[in-house]
Amino acid sequence: MAADPLDDYIDALANALALPVEDAWRPAIRANLDVSLKLARMVDAFALPDETEPAPIFSA
Amino acid sequence: MTANPIGLSAAEIAQAVAARKMSALSVTEAALARIKQHDTVLNSFTDVTGDRARARARAIDAALAAGEGVGPLAGVPFAVKNLFDVKGLATRAGSKINRDLPPASRDATLIERMEAAGAVLVGALNMGEYAYDFTGENVHDGPSRNPHDPTRMSGGSSGGSGSAVGGALVPIALGSDTNGSIRVPSSFCGIFGLKPTYGRLSRARSFPFVASLDHLGPFARSVTDLALAYDAMQGPDADDGACATREIEPVTSLVGQGLGDLRIALAGGYFQQNVFAEAKEAVARVARALNVSETVELPEAARARAAAYVVTTVEGASLHLERLRTRPNDFDPAVRDRLIAGAMIPAPLVDRAQKFRCWYRAQVADLFKTVDVIIAPATPCVAPKLGQSAFVLDGVELPVRANIGIHTQPISFIGLPAVAVPVPLEPMPIGVQIIAAPWREDIALRVAFALEQMGVAVAPQPKGL
Repeated sequence: MAADPLDDYIDALANALALPVEDAWRPAIRANLDVSLKLARMVDAFALPDETEPAPIFSA
Repeated sequence: MTANPIGLSAAEIAQAVAARKMSALSVTEAALARIKQHDTVLNSFTDVTGDRARARARAIDAALAAGEGVGPLAGVPFAVKNLFDVKGLATRAGSKINRDLPPASRDATLIERMEAAGAVLVGALNMGEYAYDFTGENVHDGPSRNPHDPTRMSGGSSGGSGSAVGGALVPIALGSDTNGSIRVPSSFCGIFGLKPTYGRLSRARSFPFVASLDHLGPFARSVTDLALAYDAMQGPDADDGACATREIEPVTSLVGQGLGDLRIALAGGYFQQNVFAEAKEAVARVARALNVSETVELPEAARARAAAYVVTTVEGASLHLERLRTRPNDFDPAVRDRLIAGAMIPAPLVDRAQKFRCWYRAQVADLFKTVDVIIAPATPCVAPKLGQSAFVLDGVELPVRANIGIHTQPISFIGLPAVAVPVPLEPMPIGVQIIAAPWREDIALRVAFALEQMGVAVAPQPKGL
Protein backbone atom coordinates (compact mmCIF):
# COMPACT_ATOMS: atom_id res chain seq x y z
CA MET A 1 0.00 0.00 0.00
CA ALA A 2 1.32 3.42 -0.91
CA ALA A 3 2.22 5.67 2.02
CA ASP A 4 -0.29 8.39 2.75
CA PRO A 5 1.19 11.81 1.92
CA LEU A 6 0.10 12.94 5.37
CA ASP A 7 2.52 10.47 6.95
CA ASP A 8 5.57 12.48 5.88
CA TYR A 9 3.94 15.62 7.22
CA ILE A 10 3.12 13.90 10.52
CA ASP A 11 6.70 12.69 10.85
CA ALA A 12 8.09 16.16 10.17
CA LEU A 13 5.76 17.88 12.60
CA ALA A 14 6.23 15.25 15.29
CA ASN A 15 9.96 15.81 14.99
CA ALA A 16 9.69 19.59 15.04
CA LEU A 17 7.38 19.57 18.06
CA ALA A 18 9.13 16.68 19.85
CA LEU A 19 5.85 14.81 19.96
CA PRO A 20 5.78 11.03 20.22
CA VAL A 21 3.83 9.26 17.50
CA GLU A 22 3.77 5.49 17.93
CA ASP A 23 2.85 3.36 14.95
CA ALA A 24 -0.34 2.18 16.63
CA TRP A 25 -1.54 5.77 17.03
CA ARG A 26 -0.79 6.85 13.49
CA PRO A 27 -4.04 5.82 11.77
CA ALA A 28 -6.15 7.76 14.28
CA ILE A 29 -3.84 10.78 14.20
CA ARG A 30 -3.90 10.74 10.40
CA ALA A 31 -7.69 10.48 10.33
CA ASN A 32 -8.09 13.33 12.80
CA LEU A 33 -5.58 15.48 10.96
CA ASP A 34 -7.31 14.80 7.67
CA VAL A 35 -10.66 15.98 9.07
CA SER A 36 -9.13 19.02 10.76
CA LEU A 37 -7.27 20.09 7.61
CA LYS A 38 -10.41 19.72 5.50
CA LEU A 39 -12.31 21.96 7.89
CA ALA A 40 -9.42 24.43 8.09
CA ARG A 41 -9.26 24.59 4.29
CA MET A 42 -13.01 25.21 4.22
CA VAL A 43 -12.45 28.27 6.40
CA ASP A 44 -9.41 29.31 4.38
CA ALA A 45 -11.44 29.19 1.16
CA PHE A 46 -13.65 32.03 2.39
CA ALA A 47 -12.37 35.39 1.17
CA LEU A 48 -11.97 37.89 3.97
CA PRO A 49 -11.09 41.60 3.68
CA ASP A 50 -7.38 42.22 4.38
CA GLU A 51 -8.34 44.48 7.24
CA THR A 52 -10.16 41.76 9.16
CA GLU A 53 -8.91 41.54 12.74
CA PRO A 54 -8.44 38.16 14.40
CA ALA A 55 -10.80 37.56 17.30
CA PRO A 56 -8.19 37.64 20.08
CA ILE A 57 -7.07 41.26 20.27
CA PHE A 58 -4.45 42.17 22.86
CA SER A 59 -5.07 45.22 25.03
CA ALA A 60 -2.10 46.83 26.70
CA MET B 1 -37.41 20.78 60.18
CA THR B 2 -37.23 17.35 58.55
CA ALA B 3 -39.61 17.62 55.58
CA ASN B 4 -38.37 15.76 52.49
CA PRO B 5 -36.56 18.18 50.15
CA ILE B 6 -36.17 15.68 47.29
CA GLY B 7 -38.20 16.86 44.34
CA LEU B 8 -38.26 20.47 45.51
CA SER B 9 -36.77 23.15 43.31
CA ALA B 10 -33.81 25.20 44.48
CA ALA B 11 -36.14 28.17 44.95
CA GLU B 12 -38.49 26.09 47.13
CA ILE B 13 -35.62 24.71 49.19
CA ALA B 14 -34.17 28.18 49.75
CA GLN B 15 -37.56 29.54 50.83
CA ALA B 16 -38.15 26.64 53.21
CA VAL B 17 -34.67 26.92 54.71
CA ALA B 18 -34.88 30.69 55.08
CA ALA B 19 -38.28 30.31 56.77
CA ARG B 20 -36.77 27.62 59.03
CA LYS B 21 -39.37 25.10 57.90
CA MET B 22 -36.49 22.87 56.86
CA SER B 23 -32.91 22.91 58.08
CA ALA B 24 -30.02 23.26 55.65
CA LEU B 25 -28.50 20.21 57.32
CA SER B 26 -31.58 18.06 56.67
CA VAL B 27 -31.56 19.14 53.02
CA THR B 28 -27.87 18.29 52.76
CA GLU B 29 -28.33 14.90 54.39
CA ALA B 30 -31.21 14.09 52.05
CA ALA B 31 -29.11 15.03 48.99
CA LEU B 32 -26.15 12.98 50.24
CA ALA B 33 -28.43 9.99 50.84
CA ARG B 34 -29.95 10.25 47.37
CA ILE B 35 -26.50 10.49 45.80
CA LYS B 36 -25.41 7.40 47.75
CA GLN B 37 -28.54 5.52 46.68
CA HIS B 38 -28.61 6.36 42.99
CA ASP B 39 -25.12 7.29 41.89
CA THR B 40 -24.13 3.65 41.77
CA VAL B 41 -26.20 3.65 38.57
CA LEU B 42 -25.65 7.17 37.26
CA ASN B 43 -21.91 7.45 38.07
CA SER B 44 -22.27 11.20 37.94
CA PHE B 45 -20.12 12.04 40.97
CA THR B 46 -16.37 11.53 41.20
CA ASP B 47 -16.12 13.15 44.64
CA VAL B 48 -18.74 13.61 47.33
CA THR B 49 -17.75 16.34 49.78
CA GLY B 50 -20.00 15.24 52.63
CA ASP B 51 -18.03 16.64 55.56
CA ARG B 52 -17.61 19.98 53.91
CA ALA B 53 -21.28 20.10 52.95
CA ARG B 54 -22.45 19.29 56.47
CA ALA B 55 -20.19 21.96 57.94
CA ARG B 56 -21.48 24.52 55.49
CA ALA B 57 -25.10 23.56 56.16
CA ARG B 58 -24.61 23.81 59.91
CA ALA B 59 -23.14 27.29 59.42
CA ILE B 60 -26.23 28.33 57.45
CA ASP B 61 -28.54 26.97 60.13
CA ALA B 62 -26.52 28.79 62.79
CA ALA B 63 -26.68 32.03 60.84
CA LEU B 64 -30.44 31.71 60.54
CA ALA B 65 -30.78 30.98 64.24
CA ALA B 66 -28.80 34.16 64.90
CA GLY B 67 -31.11 36.16 62.64
CA GLU B 68 -28.47 36.74 59.97
CA GLY B 69 -29.11 36.86 56.22
CA VAL B 70 -28.24 33.70 54.31
CA GLY B 71 -28.72 34.51 50.62
CA PRO B 72 -31.18 33.50 47.90
CA LEU B 73 -29.83 29.94 47.60
CA ALA B 74 -29.87 29.13 51.32
CA GLY B 75 -29.24 25.44 51.85
CA VAL B 76 -29.50 24.52 48.17
CA PRO B 77 -27.23 21.56 47.34
CA PHE B 78 -25.16 21.90 44.19
CA ALA B 79 -22.25 20.11 42.51
CA VAL B 80 -19.64 21.07 39.95
CA LYS B 81 -17.97 19.48 36.95
CA ASN B 82 -14.60 18.26 38.19
CA LEU B 83 -12.68 20.90 36.25
CA PHE B 84 -13.69 23.49 38.88
CA ASP B 85 -11.14 23.92 41.66
CA VAL B 86 -12.56 22.60 44.92
CA LYS B 87 -10.35 23.41 47.87
CA GLY B 88 -8.65 20.23 49.06
CA LEU B 89 -9.21 18.23 45.84
CA ALA B 90 -6.92 17.78 42.86
CA THR B 91 -8.73 19.30 39.85
CA ARG B 92 -8.79 16.22 37.66
CA ALA B 93 -10.68 17.67 34.67
CA GLY B 94 -11.72 14.17 33.75
CA SER B 95 -8.12 13.05 33.35
CA LYS B 96 -5.79 10.56 34.97
CA ILE B 97 -2.83 12.92 34.67
CA ASN B 98 -4.29 15.77 36.73
CA ARG B 99 -4.86 13.51 39.72
CA ASP B 100 -1.17 14.05 40.43
CA LEU B 101 -1.70 17.78 40.89
CA PRO B 102 -1.61 19.12 44.43
CA PRO B 103 -5.03 19.73 46.00
CA ALA B 104 -6.53 23.09 45.06
CA SER B 105 -5.84 25.72 47.68
CA ARG B 106 -8.95 27.75 46.94
CA ASP B 107 -12.37 27.21 45.37
CA ALA B 108 -13.21 28.42 41.88
CA THR B 109 -14.78 31.87 41.84
CA LEU B 110 -18.18 30.50 40.84
CA ILE B 111 -18.21 28.08 43.78
CA GLU B 112 -17.33 30.94 46.11
CA ARG B 113 -20.19 33.00 44.70
CA MET B 114 -22.71 30.14 44.91
CA GLU B 115 -21.75 29.55 48.53
CA ALA B 116 -21.89 33.26 49.30
CA ALA B 117 -25.52 33.05 48.14
CA GLY B 118 -26.13 30.22 50.62
CA ALA B 119 -25.72 27.17 48.36
CA VAL B 120 -23.99 24.03 49.67
CA LEU B 121 -21.39 22.21 47.57
CA VAL B 122 -21.90 18.45 47.82
CA GLY B 123 -19.34 17.21 45.32
CA ALA B 124 -17.53 17.14 42.01
CA LEU B 125 -18.90 15.57 38.85
CA ASN B 126 -17.73 13.20 36.15
CA MET B 127 -16.81 14.61 32.73
CA GLY B 128 -15.17 13.75 29.43
CA GLU B 129 -11.39 13.87 29.58
CA TYR B 130 -10.11 17.45 29.49
CA ALA B 131 -13.59 18.48 28.21
CA TYR B 132 -12.76 17.29 24.67
CA ASP B 133 -15.95 15.24 24.42
CA PHE B 134 -19.65 15.26 23.55
CA THR B 135 -20.59 11.84 24.98
CA GLY B 136 -20.12 11.94 28.77
CA GLU B 137 -17.99 8.81 28.51
CA ASN B 138 -14.70 8.64 30.42
CA VAL B 139 -12.12 5.86 30.15
CA HIS B 140 -10.76 6.50 33.63
CA ASP B 141 -13.94 6.94 35.67
CA GLY B 142 -16.48 5.15 33.50
CA PRO B 143 -19.34 6.94 31.78
CA SER B 144 -21.86 9.10 33.57
CA ARG B 145 -25.23 7.63 32.58
CA ASN B 146 -28.45 9.07 31.31
CA PRO B 147 -31.07 9.33 34.09
CA HIS B 148 -33.87 8.45 31.67
CA ASP B 149 -32.13 5.35 30.33
CA PRO B 150 -28.80 4.34 31.89
CA THR B 151 -27.81 2.48 28.73
CA ARG B 152 -27.59 5.84 26.97
CA MET B 153 -25.09 8.71 26.97
CA SER B 154 -25.44 11.63 29.37
CA GLY B 155 -23.80 13.91 26.80
CA GLY B 156 -20.54 15.72 27.14
CA SER B 157 -18.43 16.98 28.21
CA SER B 158 -20.37 18.05 31.34
CA GLY B 159 -21.97 14.59 31.48
CA GLY B 160 -21.98 14.26 35.25
CA SER B 161 -23.65 17.66 35.56
CA GLY B 162 -26.44 16.59 33.21
CA SER B 163 -26.81 13.22 34.86
CA ALA B 164 -26.88 14.56 38.43
CA VAL B 165 -29.48 17.25 37.72
CA GLY B 166 -31.48 15.07 35.34
CA GLY B 167 -31.51 12.36 38.00
CA ALA B 168 -32.59 14.92 40.64
CA LEU B 169 -29.57 14.18 42.80
CA VAL B 170 -29.01 17.93 43.09
CA PRO B 171 -31.23 20.79 41.88
CA ILE B 172 -28.30 22.78 40.44
CA ALA B 173 -24.96 21.85 38.89
CA LEU B 174 -22.25 23.86 37.18
CA GLY B 175 -20.43 22.91 34.01
CA SER B 176 -18.42 24.28 31.13
CA ASP B 177 -19.29 24.77 27.47
CA THR B 178 -16.62 25.26 24.82
CA ASN B 179 -18.55 23.91 21.84
CA GLY B 180 -21.78 22.69 23.44
CA SER B 181 -20.80 20.94 26.66
CA ILE B 182 -23.62 22.52 28.69
CA ARG B 183 -26.27 22.41 25.96
CA VAL B 184 -25.60 18.83 24.83
CA PRO B 185 -25.95 17.17 28.28
CA SER B 186 -28.98 19.38 28.95
CA SER B 187 -30.55 18.08 25.77
CA PHE B 188 -29.74 14.42 26.41
CA CYS B 189 -30.68 14.49 30.11
CA GLY B 190 -33.85 16.58 29.73
CA ILE B 191 -32.94 19.63 31.82
CA PHE B 192 -32.38 23.38 31.43
CA GLY B 193 -28.87 24.67 30.82
CA LEU B 194 -27.55 28.19 30.34
CA LYS B 195 -24.44 28.97 28.35
CA PRO B 196 -24.05 32.67 29.04
CA THR B 197 -22.37 35.24 26.81
CA TYR B 198 -18.61 34.66 26.45
CA GLY B 199 -16.98 36.63 29.26
CA ARG B 200 -20.10 36.91 31.42
CA LEU B 201 -19.17 34.42 34.16
CA SER B 202 -15.70 34.11 35.63
CA ARG B 203 -13.66 31.05 34.75
CA ALA B 204 -11.11 31.75 37.46
CA ARG B 205 -9.71 28.62 39.07
CA SER B 206 -11.28 26.23 36.61
CA PHE B 207 -9.15 23.97 34.41
CA PRO B 208 -9.17 25.42 30.87
CA PHE B 209 -9.61 23.76 27.50
CA VAL B 210 -9.85 26.40 24.75
CA ALA B 211 -9.26 29.90 26.10
CA SER B 212 -10.94 31.51 23.08
CA LEU B 213 -14.18 29.56 23.54
CA ASP B 214 -14.48 28.39 27.15
CA HIS B 215 -17.65 29.37 29.05
CA LEU B 216 -18.99 28.28 32.44
CA GLY B 217 -22.65 28.09 33.38
CA PRO B 218 -25.44 26.41 35.35
CA PHE B 219 -27.81 23.46 34.87
CA ALA B 220 -31.18 23.20 36.64
CA ARG B 221 -34.61 21.59 36.45
CA SER B 222 -36.44 24.92 36.13
CA VAL B 223 -35.80 28.31 34.58
CA THR B 224 -36.19 30.07 37.91
CA ASP B 225 -33.47 27.91 39.44
CA LEU B 226 -31.25 28.54 36.42
CA ALA B 227 -31.75 32.28 36.83
CA LEU B 228 -31.12 32.18 40.58
CA ALA B 229 -27.81 30.39 40.08
CA TYR B 230 -26.81 32.64 37.19
CA ASP B 231 -27.55 35.79 39.18
CA ALA B 232 -25.55 34.50 42.13
CA MET B 233 -22.50 33.98 39.92
CA GLN B 234 -22.47 37.19 37.85
CA GLY B 235 -19.97 40.00 38.22
CA PRO B 236 -16.48 41.04 37.13
CA ASP B 237 -13.46 39.06 38.27
CA ALA B 238 -9.90 40.23 37.82
CA ASP B 239 -8.76 36.61 38.14
CA ASP B 240 -10.18 35.77 34.69
CA GLY B 241 -8.69 37.91 31.95
CA ALA B 242 -11.66 37.23 29.66
CA CYS B 243 -14.30 38.09 32.26
CA ALA B 244 -16.16 41.24 31.28
CA THR B 245 -16.13 44.29 33.52
CA ARG B 246 -19.91 44.71 33.21
CA GLU B 247 -21.83 45.14 36.40
CA ILE B 248 -24.27 42.46 37.53
CA GLU B 249 -27.47 42.46 35.46
CA PRO B 250 -29.92 40.36 37.52
CA VAL B 251 -32.47 38.35 35.57
CA THR B 252 -34.46 36.40 38.16
CA SER B 253 -37.08 39.12 38.54
CA LEU B 254 -37.31 39.54 34.75
CA VAL B 255 -37.92 36.01 33.50
CA GLY B 256 -41.67 36.18 34.11
CA GLN B 257 -42.23 39.25 31.95
CA GLY B 258 -43.77 37.20 29.17
CA LEU B 259 -42.97 37.23 25.50
CA GLY B 260 -44.22 40.77 24.93
CA ASP B 261 -43.22 41.96 21.49
CA LEU B 262 -40.08 39.86 21.22
CA ARG B 263 -39.21 39.07 17.61
CA ILE B 264 -38.54 35.33 17.42
CA ALA B 265 -37.39 33.32 14.42
CA LEU B 266 -36.28 29.81 13.59
CA ALA B 267 -32.74 29.17 12.46
CA GLY B 268 -32.96 27.91 8.89
CA GLY B 269 -30.61 26.29 6.42
CA TYR B 270 -27.72 24.63 8.23
CA PHE B 271 -29.78 24.24 11.42
CA GLN B 272 -32.53 22.32 9.63
CA GLN B 273 -30.10 19.85 8.09
CA ASN B 274 -28.70 16.70 9.67
CA VAL B 275 -31.48 16.44 12.24
CA PHE B 276 -33.42 13.36 13.24
CA ALA B 277 -37.20 13.38 13.46
CA GLU B 278 -37.14 13.94 17.23
CA ALA B 279 -35.12 17.15 16.89
CA LYS B 280 -37.49 18.41 14.18
CA GLU B 281 -40.47 17.58 16.39
CA ALA B 282 -38.98 19.38 19.40
CA VAL B 283 -38.25 22.52 17.39
CA ALA B 284 -41.74 22.35 15.83
CA ARG B 285 -43.37 22.16 19.27
CA VAL B 286 -41.43 25.19 20.46
CA ALA B 287 -42.24 27.08 17.27
CA ARG B 288 -45.96 26.32 17.58
CA ALA B 289 -46.04 27.39 21.21
CA LEU B 290 -44.31 30.66 20.38
CA ASN B 291 -46.37 31.12 17.22
CA VAL B 292 -43.19 31.46 15.19
CA SER B 293 -42.96 30.76 11.49
CA GLU B 294 -40.28 33.19 10.29
CA THR B 295 -36.91 31.69 9.44
CA VAL B 296 -33.54 33.42 9.46
CA GLU B 297 -30.22 32.24 8.09
CA LEU B 298 -27.05 32.47 10.12
CA PRO B 299 -24.65 33.13 7.25
CA GLU B 300 -21.88 30.60 6.76
CA ALA B 301 -22.88 28.58 9.82
CA ALA B 302 -21.18 25.43 8.48
CA ARG B 303 -17.95 27.39 8.07
CA ALA B 304 -18.39 28.78 11.59
CA ARG B 305 -18.63 25.26 12.91
CA ALA B 306 -15.50 24.34 10.95
CA ALA B 307 -13.61 27.32 12.35
CA ALA B 308 -14.71 26.45 15.90
CA TYR B 309 -13.40 22.92 15.31
CA VAL B 310 -10.02 24.25 14.18
CA VAL B 311 -9.62 26.75 17.03
CA THR B 312 -10.60 24.05 19.50
CA THR B 313 -8.20 21.39 18.33
CA VAL B 314 -5.28 23.81 18.06
CA GLU B 315 -5.74 25.62 21.38
CA GLY B 316 -6.43 22.29 23.07
CA ALA B 317 -3.21 20.90 21.62
CA SER B 318 -1.27 23.94 22.74
CA LEU B 319 -2.62 23.58 26.28
CA HIS B 320 -1.59 19.93 26.53
CA LEU B 321 1.60 19.94 24.44
CA GLU B 322 3.98 19.11 27.27
CA ARG B 323 1.69 16.45 28.71
CA LEU B 324 1.47 14.90 25.23
CA ARG B 325 5.27 14.72 25.18
CA THR B 326 5.78 13.34 28.65
CA ARG B 327 2.66 11.29 29.48
CA PRO B 328 1.01 10.29 26.20
CA ASN B 329 0.00 6.88 27.51
CA ASP B 330 -1.91 8.39 30.42
CA PHE B 331 -4.43 10.14 28.13
CA ASP B 332 -7.60 8.59 26.81
CA PRO B 333 -6.09 7.41 23.49
CA ALA B 334 -8.92 9.00 21.49
CA VAL B 335 -8.31 12.39 23.14
CA ARG B 336 -4.54 12.08 22.75
CA ASP B 337 -4.78 11.33 19.04
CA ARG B 338 -7.12 14.29 18.44
CA LEU B 339 -4.78 16.60 20.35
CA ILE B 340 -1.63 15.41 18.55
CA ALA B 341 -3.37 16.03 15.23
CA GLY B 342 -4.43 19.47 16.49
CA ALA B 343 -0.81 20.35 17.17
CA MET B 344 -0.06 19.85 13.48
CA ILE B 345 -2.47 22.40 11.97
CA PRO B 346 -0.51 25.16 10.17
CA ALA B 347 -0.60 28.48 12.01
CA PRO B 348 -1.98 30.58 9.10
CA LEU B 349 -5.09 28.40 9.04
CA VAL B 350 -5.68 29.09 12.71
CA ASP B 351 -5.30 32.81 12.14
CA ARG B 352 -7.81 32.54 9.30
CA ALA B 353 -10.26 30.84 11.65
CA GLN B 354 -9.89 33.60 14.24
CA LYS B 355 -10.37 36.26 11.57
CA PHE B 356 -13.40 34.44 10.22
CA ARG B 357 -14.78 34.54 13.75
CA CYS B 358 -14.82 38.35 13.66
CA TRP B 359 -16.47 38.38 10.24
CA TYR B 360 -19.15 35.92 11.35
CA ARG B 361 -19.78 37.81 14.59
CA ALA B 362 -20.50 40.98 12.60
CA GLN B 363 -22.90 39.16 10.27
CA VAL B 364 -24.85 37.65 13.16
CA ALA B 365 -24.88 41.01 14.97
CA ASP B 366 -26.65 42.42 11.90
CA LEU B 367 -29.16 39.59 12.12
CA PHE B 368 -29.97 40.55 15.70
CA LYS B 369 -31.07 43.98 14.46
CA THR B 370 -34.10 42.24 12.98
CA VAL B 371 -34.78 39.51 15.57
CA ASP B 372 -34.40 39.17 19.32
CA VAL B 373 -34.39 35.40 19.61
CA ILE B 374 -33.33 32.53 17.35
CA ILE B 375 -34.57 28.97 17.89
CA ALA B 376 -32.38 26.02 16.88
CA PRO B 377 -31.94 22.34 17.78
CA ALA B 378 -29.58 21.65 20.68
CA THR B 379 -28.63 18.21 19.38
CA PRO B 380 -29.50 16.40 16.15
CA CYS B 381 -30.87 13.40 18.09
CA VAL B 382 -31.83 12.09 21.52
CA ALA B 383 -29.08 10.49 23.60
CA PRO B 384 -27.34 7.71 21.67
CA LYS B 385 -26.47 4.41 23.33
CA LEU B 386 -23.25 4.34 25.36
CA GLY B 387 -20.42 3.27 23.12
CA GLN B 388 -22.37 3.99 19.95
CA SER B 389 -19.95 5.26 17.33
CA ALA B 390 -22.22 5.90 14.33
CA PHE B 391 -25.80 6.71 13.42
CA VAL B 392 -27.64 6.59 10.12
CA LEU B 393 -29.37 9.76 8.95
CA ASP B 394 -31.16 9.96 5.63
CA GLY B 395 -29.41 6.75 4.62
CA VAL B 396 -25.96 8.09 5.39
CA GLU B 397 -23.82 6.66 8.19
CA LEU B 398 -22.30 9.46 10.27
CA PRO B 399 -19.88 9.36 13.22
CA VAL B 400 -21.67 10.15 16.48
CA ARG B 401 -18.94 12.10 18.28
CA ALA B 402 -18.30 14.51 15.43
CA ASN B 403 -21.96 15.25 14.82
CA ILE B 404 -23.47 15.67 18.29
CA GLY B 405 -22.36 19.31 18.53
CA ILE B 406 -22.98 20.52 15.00
CA HIS B 407 -25.83 22.83 16.05
CA THR B 408 -24.20 24.20 19.20
CA GLN B 409 -20.75 25.00 17.79
CA PRO B 410 -21.75 27.89 15.50
CA ILE B 411 -23.42 29.58 18.49
CA SER B 412 -20.69 29.34 21.13
CA PHE B 413 -18.09 30.19 18.46
CA ILE B 414 -19.19 33.83 18.76
CA GLY B 415 -20.15 33.69 22.41
CA LEU B 416 -23.91 34.10 22.03
CA PRO B 417 -25.98 33.34 25.15
CA ALA B 418 -28.20 30.30 24.76
CA VAL B 419 -30.60 28.43 27.01
CA ALA B 420 -31.13 24.75 26.25
CA VAL B 421 -34.74 23.91 27.11
CA PRO B 422 -35.92 20.30 27.50
CA VAL B 423 -38.80 19.07 25.35
CA PRO B 424 -40.19 15.97 27.09
CA LEU B 425 -40.63 13.62 24.15
CA GLU B 426 -41.13 9.89 24.85
CA PRO B 427 -39.21 7.80 25.52
CA MET B 428 -36.30 10.26 25.62
CA PRO B 429 -36.25 14.06 26.02
CA ILE B 430 -34.35 16.38 23.69
CA GLY B 431 -33.33 20.03 23.93
CA VAL B 432 -33.88 23.15 21.87
CA GLN B 433 -31.60 26.19 21.94
CA ILE B 434 -33.10 29.61 22.72
CA ILE B 435 -30.42 31.98 21.44
CA ALA B 436 -30.19 35.73 22.06
CA ALA B 437 -27.84 38.58 21.21
CA PRO B 438 -24.70 39.03 23.31
CA TRP B 439 -25.41 40.08 26.91
CA ARG B 440 -29.15 39.37 26.55
CA GLU B 441 -29.38 36.28 28.72
CA ASP B 442 -32.50 37.91 30.16
CA ILE B 443 -34.30 37.57 26.83
CA ALA B 444 -33.32 33.92 26.31
CA LEU B 445 -34.44 33.11 29.86
CA ARG B 446 -37.74 34.98 29.37
CA VAL B 447 -38.57 32.82 26.38
CA ALA B 448 -37.47 29.67 28.21
CA PHE B 449 -39.68 30.60 31.17
CA ALA B 450 -42.66 31.21 28.89
CA LEU B 451 -42.17 27.78 27.31
CA GLU B 452 -41.96 26.24 30.77
CA GLN B 453 -45.19 27.96 31.82
CA MET B 454 -46.89 26.62 28.70
CA GLY B 455 -45.75 23.09 29.56
CA VAL B 456 -43.77 22.82 26.34
CA ALA B 457 -40.37 22.83 28.04
CA VAL B 458 -40.34 20.61 31.11
CA ALA B 459 -37.63 18.61 32.84
CA PRO B 460 -39.14 15.11 32.99
CA GLN B 461 -38.86 13.06 36.15
CA PRO B 462 -36.11 10.45 35.85
CA LYS B 463 -37.50 6.99 35.30
CA GLY B 464 -36.69 4.34 37.84
CA LEU B 465 -34.84 6.59 40.29
